[in-house]
Amino acid sequence: MSDTMIFAMEVFLNGLMAGVLYALVALGFVLIYKASGIFNYAQGVMALFAALTLVGIMEGQVPFAHLINATIGTEIHHFGWHVPVLLAIVLTMVVMIALAWLVNHFVFRHLVNQEPIILFMATIGFAYFLEGVGDVMWGSDIKKLDVGLPQGINTAIDEYTYGIVNYGFFIDNLDLVATVIAAVLVIALVAFAQYTKQGRAMRAVADDHQAALSVGISLNWIWVMVWSLAGFVALVAGIVWGTKSGVQFSLSLIALKALPVLMLGGFTSIPGAIVGGLVIGVGEKLFEFLIGAPFLGGATENWFAYMLALIFLVFRPQGLFGEKIIDRV
Amino acid sequence: MFYREAGDFKTSYAEDNQTFPIKFDRYRYYFVLLVAFGIVPFVVNDYWLNAVLLPFLIYAIAAIGLNLLVGYCGQVSLGTGGFMAVGAYSCYKLMTSFPDVSILIHVVLAGAITAAIGMLFGLPSLRIKGFYLAVATLAAQFFLVWLFNRVPWFYNYSASGQISAPERTVFGVPVTGAETSPWAVYLVCLVFLTISAIIARNLTRGMAGRKWMAIRDMDIAAEIIGVDPLRAKLSAFAVSSFFIGISGALFFAVYLGAVEVGESFGITKSFLVLFMVIIGGLGSIFGSFAGAAFLVLLPVLLKNLLVGSLGWPTDLAAHLELIIIGALIIVFLVAEPHGLAQLWRMAKEKLRLWPFPH
Repeated sequence: MSDTMIFAMEVFLNGLMAGVLYALVALGFVLIYKASGIFNYAQGVMALFAALTLVGIMEGQVPFAHLINATIGTEIHHFGWHVPVLLAIVLTMVVMIALAWLVNHFVFRHLVNQEPIILFMATIGFAYFLEGVGDVMWGSDIKKLDVGLPQGINTAIDEYTYGIVNYGFFIDNLDLVATVIAAVLVIALVAFAQYTKQGRAMRAVADDHQAALSVGISLNWIWVMVWSLAGFVALVAGIVWGTKSGVQFSLSLIALKALPVLMLGGFTSIPGAIVGGLVIGVGEKLFEFLIGAPFLGGATENWFAYMLALIFLVFRPQGLFGEKIIDRV
Repeated sequence: MFYREAGDFKTSYAEDNQTFPIKFDRYRYYFVLLVAFGIVPFVVNDYWLNAVLLPFLIYAIAAIGLNLLVGYCGQVSLGTGGFMAVGAYSCYKLMTSFPDVSILIHVVLAGAITAAIGMLFGLPSLRIKGFYLAVATLAAQFFLVWLFNRVPWFYNYSASGQISAPERTVFGVPVTGAETSPWAVYLVCLVFLTISAIIARNLTRGMAGRKWMAIRDMDIAAEIIGVDPLRAKLSAFAVSSFFIGISGALFFAVYLGAVEVGESFGITKSFLVLFMVIIGGLGSIFGSFAGAAFLVLLPVLLKNLLVGSLGWPTDLAAHLELIIIGALIIVFLVAEPHGLAQLWRMAKEKLRLWPFPH
């Protein structure tokens, strides 16, 4: 095999791994969109907020320390204790559930029956709000997140591939773990939606709000549940991305990476999010490697996913697995 | 009592077809024009110009443009930042390539170029609808910003990758570059805004606007009664991008002077202009003005309050500003999803009777 082929294969594998991470974020979008028709732009910021909260709790930071210090002139920063990882994750999840309840109670309950664009703008407003809260609460400096996920090159794969093609593939352990996590998460979510009572209620709401109401399903409860689930997915995504590149503002921009994944896969399909994520992850990495970097001056990853999704949608407007769009007068 | 539609009789078709058929609206319009052209240029100073007036005038043009597309034609676009960048960069290329031609012509040409690009990115709207389209327009946003970042021809191979506006004059008075005077800059932007608003208002009252609204309300039904969706949608994209291009050109040449594309025309700009349109009121020219004024004034007020009066550190104030703006946007959408324009409509209802009970 030629060198380019081998490199391309490595890029392909890394693209698959990146795609899994995109899919992880996209999942949160799909959950909320399916159940409430809200296109939740704040999903990325929720991941950031979850990661910030997790780090803050683990380090024993005082919430709103900066604000308190500025208003009453004290100098407090830390409680002086460290919280074990598992407990911190549980506490963060409690915060995310509280957040889900607050969002539903104060915002989206009042916006029932509004046009989708209004709901979308409300989630952007919520994204601003949450980003500000995260910064004021935990500070805006870059933080390291370490919950004990393995990191660094996987030596087994390195040696194995070296034995076959005389070139060791670089695969990050973290990416492998992320793949496993994503797979478990998807199976769990699908099982939840298919086989539990709550999951069935959730699908009913997704299908038809009014019909679901009329058979006695509480919309508010379902929405709080769905936002909590999205909060959980955001937490998982936040942990994985935060471990990979540090907890910082740019974490919230992964939402923008997840959008083309959604378009490609269809807004309403969980398998679509996975397949879309993989296609986009592989596509953009390969495009950058084969065409972008040598001919176009690099950094094509910024737009390639969108262009791919755009061109794809022209031929199939509902995405890969989306429900067929039928227009009637 | 103060706002009356009744008793205002028209005796000719010209009168019946004028832009503001109701007397009160017309006088209000003349009054605003009088203040804007006759009084403000004499009292404007540098701080007010740069902090409030210029951003307001320029964003209002962009908001009008986007409102035509989103509010009247129903095609949600998140590519505004990218289209503003097209306006800015084409204005820059024109200014540096043809230094003898007036800047006013360059700005209009920049608008025309943006209109062409806008039509190109509007083409998928024939197949893609709703949210899929909104996300698809992000392709324009990211691709255009990347293009202006990576192709040195667009920024004339300057080492910093920035573009900066050379000095140009209108009737001998400098309006770009370092030696500008506040009133001249203000007047140039005001003239562009006034003309844009008049064009937009009359387009939406006419055949084109009615076709757009038919498409917005239900495109299949519109197609069946004989509206050509291709022409309606593409013309909406073209006109909208034309205004957005003009605002981008003014934003670069007159307001900022020097621009780095990722910073000035990033995705946050797209959201900002969309917020202006939504908070102002979809499908209302007045709403575009109100939304632009609201979102330009709000950060200035908050900054003065938090940093100026309370003396808090600037980074904390910036974060609080995010919280407050986010919360206000949500409160606004919950309280009045039809925007400031709806408040104005309700105020007119009240004024019609006030101070009598009925």
